[in-house]
Amino acid sequence: MSDQQVRNEVETNSGGGAAPAPLLEMQGICKRFPGVIALDRVDFSIGAQEVLGLIGENGAGKSTLMNILGGIYQPDGGEIRMDGRVVHVPDVTASMKLGVAFIHQELNVLDNIDVAGNVFLGREPRRGGPLLLIDRKRIHENTRPYLKRLGLDISSKTLLKDLPIAQRQMVEIAKALSLDARLIIMDEPTSSLTLHETEQLLKVVLELKHQGVSVIYISHRLAELNDIADRVVGLRDGKNAGELTKDEISHDAMVRMMVGRDIKSFYVESHAEVTQAHLRVRGIRSRSYPQYQVSFDASRGEIFGFAGLVGAGRSEVMEAIFGIDRQPAAQIYMGEEQLKIRSVRDAIRHGIYLVPEDRRGSGLITRMAIRENIPLPAQGRYAKMGCLISRRLETKTSEEQRESLDIKTPSVETEVVNLSGGNQQKVVLGKWLSLEPHVIIFDEPTRGIDVGAKAEIYRIMRDLAKAGVVVIMISSDMEEILHVSDRVAVMCEGRITGVLTREHCSEENIMQLAVGNQVEGALPPFKQDKGEAA
Amino acid sequence: MRKELGIFILLVVLCTLVSIMNPRFISGINLSNIANLVGMFGIFSIGVGLVIITGGIDLSVGSTFALAGVLLAMALREWNVPWPVATILIVLFPMTLGAIHGFLVTVVKMQAFIVTLCGLLLYRGLAQYVAGNMTKGFGSCEGFETLKHLASGRLYEVMDESGKLVFPGVPNSFILLIIIAVIMWIVLHRSVYGRYVMAVGRNEEAARYSGISTRLVIASTYIIAGVLTGISAVLFAFYTNSVTPSTHGNFYELYGIAAAVLGGCSLRGGEGSVIGIIIGAALIQILQNFVNLLGIPSSLNFAVMGAVILLGVMGEQSGDFIRLLRKTKLAKSLSKNLALWQGMRWGSWILILAGLGLIIFYAIQFRSTKELSVYFFCGFLLAGLGVLTWYITAPAQDEWESGAAAN
Repeated sequence: MSDQQVRNEVETNSGGGAAPAPLLEMQGICKRFPGVIALDRVDFSIGAQEVLGLIGENGAGKSTLMNILGGIYQPDGGEIRMDGRVVHVPDVTASMKLGVAFIHQELNVLDNIDVAGNVFLGREPRRGGPLLLIDRKRIHENTRPYLKRLGLDISSKTLLKDLPIAQRQMVEIAKALSLDARLIIMDEPTSSLTLHETEQLLKVVLELKHQGVSVIYISHRLAELNDIADRVVGLRDGKNAGELTKDEISHDAMVRMMVGRDIKSFYVESHAEVTQAHLRVRGIRSRSYPQYQVSFDASRGEIFGFAGLVGAGRSEVMEAIFGIDRQPAAQIYMGEEQLKIRSVRDAIRHGIYLVPEDRRGSGLITRMAIRENIPLPAQGRYAKMGCLISRRLETKTSEEQRESLDIKTPSVETEVVNLSGGNQQKVVLGKWLSLEPHVIIFDEPTRGIDVGAKAEIYRIMRDLAKAGVVVIMISSDMEEILHVSDRVAVMCEGRITGVLTREHCSEENIMQLAVGNQVEGALPPFKQDKGEAA
Repeated sequence: MRKELGIFILLVVLCTLVSIMNPRFISGINLSNIANLVGMFGIFSIGVGLVIITGGIDLSVGSTFALAGVLLAMALREWNVPWPVATILIVLFPMTLGAIHGFLVTVVKMQAFIVTLCGLLLYRGLAQYVAGNMTKGFGSCEGFETLKHLASGRLYEVMDESGKLVFPGVPNSFILLIIIAVIMWIVLHRSVYGRYVMAVGRNEEAARYSGISTRLVIASTYIIAGVLTGISAVLFAFYTNSVTPSTHGNFYELYGIAAAVLGGCSLRGGEGSVIGIIIGAALIQILQNFVNLLGIPSSLNFAVMGAVILLGVMGEQSGDFIRLLRKTKLAKSLSKNLALWQGMRWGSWILILAGLGLIIFYAIQFRSTKELSVYFFCGFLLAGLGVLTWYITAPAQDEWESGAAAN
């Protein structure tokens, strides 16, 4: 199998002289949905061994275009050509046969099955004739070469649930390779990866390219495209918005293409002075690393960033502060007062709010209206005679939040599930801003949110900080950490390895701290946190 | 609201049909009896529905009826407990059981299905043991006639001098249901607590992140269900006037669940309404009455009920199925072929009318004979087919009409 692959590679390399037909061409693709034109005569092409970045705001039509290629949607007009021949893609199977593999943002792997079983799911090598037993020996033998090609050093017998997300993703790529994919579509592949894992993935993408596979790479993280894309195609409002060649690719150019204008002050620069610590946290232990303690100080007016690898325990620490995870031994002070936080209700009473990482899962009740979501944390305030809900008060507050946060919705009665990611995030914010925040913790606040909405969220965060709220932000997006936060605490395996002030804040320093190394200029963590065994 | 409307229409259609086929259905005494049953079944169905809305389930209701019934009979007849005390204790007892269920589900984190399934077995067994496997009766209710009258009496019962019933009266159980329904409607649809119940049912995690103590909310629904079960238990005990521990209340939990599901509750949680649950409970009782009145062999009782509940829930979920049908080649060619579309459109109306005609004609013609069920079945089939065709042809109508307007 791999021999043949090598031969293919040689052929494509040697045949590169004349201009061959591109691997894939999509011409004049149109797609209408009830009420909207999702794609309006979009042209798109990708050559052999090309890494193509596809960018656009949410709703620009990227997913629709890729879903047409993946056989999930049928186009209303236009044609698709593979190797110069017109092809039809009526369903997912057809698209697989053409050598197109689609790796969705939400991975399609089975947790309870091992690596080999996932790679060959539905195509298991069989033995035992009519008994249809799985040939366990062969399935593992067949899997190994693909893992090797991806530089993945794991056993094919590992259960998927024992692997980190990044490696599960690799398993899905291995599955694509086993299907002889020539074109792999990756939709936001790094949205839940750490910096280190992201680097690994980008390496793999380049490696795949050398092995003769083309990759369509959809991402909101423009820096990644800067690193790997040979070409970037932009979509805006369902139309082609332009194309950048390798030399033209830059952050600003990409943003301009997506938004159609310059977003000035995309990041609101701050000159916040770190004043006296207002929120002091001492001795929190994360569930995954109970042997370490975490302590930090955050002051009003600043945005205090938390960087680190996914799984370093950042979210767990914040959940403990928010009362999700009860920690009787931890001490939390606001000003001079020591807070007793035994439940989420306590945290909310003290004005400590969390904007969780998983917006749809933990932040919102998506099948409820905006009007029902916003009052939820303090429903008692919307009640007459102590217990009967006043719809009028709910509507009033929801309308206020809708206006001040500029939530784009037909009405506050709209179910949250129908809103875009950015607007959903604003509803989560609206829940908290309708109360009196003292501390707001943002966990991955802009994950999966488009550029325009991102800028708005940053502005809101900065405004909150200016208004005297302690703003804490967990982020795995390096650009975001570098540009938005005033100070950055970096965590590694359940402890804070250092706190960087603005002048020492660099990608290099954060990475070093995130893997547990010492960095010059970083403020050391609190004494009692250092490797104290529980 | 849409779901409740659908099931309400089904209820009205069913009532109309039965009353055409057997006018005894709308006789005062029959209606009064049905109202009594709807009252008893409706009260605990609301509790079961509430638990289902939070994503749980309560399977122990039927056995609780047996255990509570046996205890009530023994308390009144054998231990001579004053009836007000006995009644309160018997209502509080299932509430305690509900609290235990709630504790096991929320704190010990067992699955509601398992907890209440064990309850189903446990309470039935206890009932049989406590009663020494003997039927416990109330006899002539000496000393607690008031309770007997409260539980199984009727309001505004009017008799003429010869003792003949002029107006059969409104059963107290039905009045109790109305009172409880109004209270529960306010609790579920207007109160802060009700919002929390809905929120927890839709997304427990997000509710927790909003500061709602989800455990308390979930546990409380089991407790409320327990209270309502207790009230129903007293009513049932006096309805049968004697409690046989091995059979009393058998399968009643399933009637409650069926009523809730028919009334629009989703077993996934987060959906449902008090009105829907009551309509669901009424539908099930009327269905049983229907089986009795039409002389359908009573052995088919369960089968008929199963079929109708299946159809009812299928109707609520038919959206996806119709969407699938609309994707077929035939459906797609409808927007291109005017003659075909018109044919199917008219055909759908003819099918509906023919089906309904068949049902009504034979309903009038044959009144409660056994052949009826066959014609009935054919009629329903035709009408159903017609409705389906109508749905399939519906989207093309817009196209043809807008096309006609453009031309």
